[in-house]
Amino acid sequence: MEELLFLTLIFLLLSFVFNKRKTLLGVKMGLKMFMNLLPPFVTVLIILSFVLALLPGELLEKLLGADSGITGFFIAAGLGSVALIPGFISYPLAAVLLKNGVSYPVISVFITTLMMVGIVTLPIEKNFFGWRVAIIRNVLSFIGALIIGACMALIWGLL
Amino acid sequence: MKNYLMTYKKDFIIIAAFAIFAATYNFYTPAFGSTVLSNFESAFFEMIAFIPLMFILIGLFEVWVPRELIERHIGTESGARGSVWVILLAMLQVGPLYGAFPVAFLLWRKGASTRNIFIYLGAFTTMKIPMLSFEIGFLGWRFSLMRTLLSLPVFIIIAVIMEKLFERDFEIYEINKGK
Repeated sequence: MEELLFLTLIFLLLSFVFNKRKTLLGVKMGLKMFMNLLPPFVTVLIILSFVLALLPGELLEKLLGADSGITGFFIAAGLGSVALIPGFISYPLAAVLLKNGVSYPVISVFITTLMMVGIVTLPIEKNFFGWRVAIIRNVLSFIGALIIGACMALIWGLL
Repeated sequence: MKNYLMTYKKDFIIIAAFAIFAATYNFYTPAFGSTVLSNFESAFFEMIAFIPLMFILIGLFEVWVPRELIERHIGTESGARGSVWVILLAMLQVGPLYGAFPVAFLLWRKGASTRNIFIYLGAFTTMKIPMLSFEIGFLGWRFSLMRTLLSLPVFIIIAVIMEKLFERDFEIYEINKGK
């Protein structure tokens, strides 16, 4: 937290010295993005707070924890493929999941599918690439996410 | 302000309902309610100070980054060099995947190879710098670095496969433009 504050202040100062107008524009843009993120962000946290309170403590760890194996990967990949969560929200969400027992490799599968695979946005993708390209790209990305998760599990175990 | 409320109407309804729940849970479900509230508070207060700072950084990044400089190289350089340029360009973007499709169309029209178009999409989804800053902030350096390094070969292989499969009849349509 202190590092981030420090980093932001340094960049702000540097930017301000070089160009006042640009700096103000950048800060404004950043704050606008923040305001646009805030309502969906709070909504996701609210839903997550309820889900975590409803689920028995060990269930999440059993399904998506370090020992969940392939099942955990497939649940995470499935959720990540269907969900339509902006990236900026997915990371805080992932941080909360980690705290509640979900393992890093499973998080990597979830995040990768969330970013690379989009079942809900498939119709949009089809408009640009056609069905064949869109579907094959998504299928390959789904497999790729599982491979990334598997490598992550291997390396994470060694570290 | 009114526009803002309308755009996020659904979210504000949920937030209002949650506020009512927070004020009244003591009367009907004290144990469950306090678990929910402590879940919410621990996550919310930890992040709410953090996120605006990140967005200020991203805003500064947006105004200073020389995107045009890189765009000039797209299409004119082929092969591995061209791949490096599209990866660089992708890393400087912000936004969801469907925002990358119109850019992919432009790259295609500018003459980028099929492979580089899919490398662009891969880098766009997994290596955007503003996104990485969030990832590092919330999940740590180690995770972010490993996930990025593993993603890079994976999306390059996907791009090579896509090129092999579709090279001859690959086409991007200019629909949904301006949306």
